[in-house]
Amino acid sequence: MPIPCSRQCGKKAILKRPKTGHALCKECFFYAFESEIHNTITQGKLFKPGDKVAIGASGGKDSTVLAYVLKTLNERYQYGIDLFLLSIDEGITGYRDDSLKTVQQNKDDYGLPLKILSYKELYGWTMDEIVAEIGKKNNCTFCGVFRRQALDRGAAFLGVDCIATGHNADDIAETVLMNILRGDIARLQRCTSIITAGADCIRRCKPLKYAYEKEIVMYAYFKQLVYFSTECVFAPNAYRGHARTYLKDLERIRPSSILDIIHSGETLQVKEGIKLPERRNCSRCGFVSSQEICKACIMLEGLNRGLPKLGIGKSTKVKRALESIAKDKCNDKCNGKCKDNERIEEKDLEF
Amino acid sequence: MSIESNGISVIIELGGGAELLFDKRKKHSVNLPGNDWTIQKLLFWMKDNLLKERPELFMQDDTVRPGILVLVNDTDWELLGEGNYKINSGDTIMFISTLHGG
Repeated sequence: MPIPCSRQCGKKAILKRPKTGHALCKECFFYAFESEIHNTITQGKLFKPGDKVAIGASGGKDSTVLAYVLKTLNERYQYGIDLFLLSIDEGITGYRDDSLKTVQQNKDDYGLPLKILSYKELYGWTMDEIVAEIGKKNNCTFCGVFRRQALDRGAAFLGVDCIATGHNADDIAETVLMNILRGDIARLQRCTSIITAGADCIRRCKPLKYAYEKEIVMYAYFKQLVYFSTECVFAPNAYRGHARTYLKDLERIRPSSILDIIHSGETLQVKEGIKLPERRNCSRCGFVSSQEICKACIMLEGLNRGLPKLGIGKSTKVKRALESIAKDKCNDKCNGKCKDNERIEEKDLEF
Repeated sequence: MSIESNGISVIIELGGGAELLFDKRKKHSVNLPGNDWTIQKLLFWMKDNLLKERPELFMQDDTVRPGILVLVNDTDWELLGEGNYKINSGDTIMFISTLHGG
């Protein structure tokens, strides 16, 4: 016996919303899903008329739905924004090469300009080559650090005002949990922000921040959006995997857990007197960094010197290597008299 | 009517990466013996007869692994009693993983 739509539109419900428990028909679900993202965008003041917005597009479900919904809402509510697709080719054979075909299709389907930037052209290394050096452990750390900066560079190339990423409610709740588990207070504070921006960097926003993964996948399914869903061929991010499994188990018992965790993250306050890392610019490449030299430059230096574990190894080793980098750099100017570089933390970067 | 006595036929569809566990095939037309089939019973049958690898990525305890969505004739199984839903001949049962890609 079919269950009627909770909105009493007379149609048959096709899905139970995890957020509200409502049973909705296809049309009422589309409307509710899109309206909530519209509310997120307007209440969070994510865009201004005239903004050029790059969508970080991987070909996966989240960015595919994001591109489709942003295009739809921009037309429906006249945001007056220019949308672009920005993709990063990490150089992972059998994974990214296939997913980029999906992005190409998004470009054609949605009529949005596409820019693809590769690790090879940015850093001189593909992920395949990096994994050949460092093995399959820790490669997610490299990939994550490089991708973040690659998106910034691509956005600068396109001259956009904002990068919109497909992070959904599940991703953000997962990151809150991970930052708690790692005691990473700086990122715990930052990771729930709907807009992140620094002095010189292009702002980023997350229009799907309150959208459940279940609804994103259902939306893509019922709208017949084409997305790419193969697991990365390299070892998965094991720590995130545990947080994810835990979260999914919680969601089954109480679906609101996901929003509740985000709420906790948003309202947490760090007590006075806790020292947080300052944000500044990398002295090598000029991008935002919490250290003198950013993580991407350290990792790259390690790769180029044949010390691939540099960015993920012991901080004392990093310090020694950094001193030597600094000496190399300023030998001509100060004959090695420049001051010691700061200690580098050895944590993964998330967000 | 002979189908009734010999069992039921259902179409099993897999998407969102769940097909990777099932020989990379997105659609399986199967005949199930007898008439008394719930989705829960089907899950175990799929695990024994169709699943090719890593059963822990498909099932957890006596249901699907959290994060796999199930639709019966394009309706969320959460509206239909989940594992207790009684399968009818001709049903299409879709499993979509939300856990892949990004």
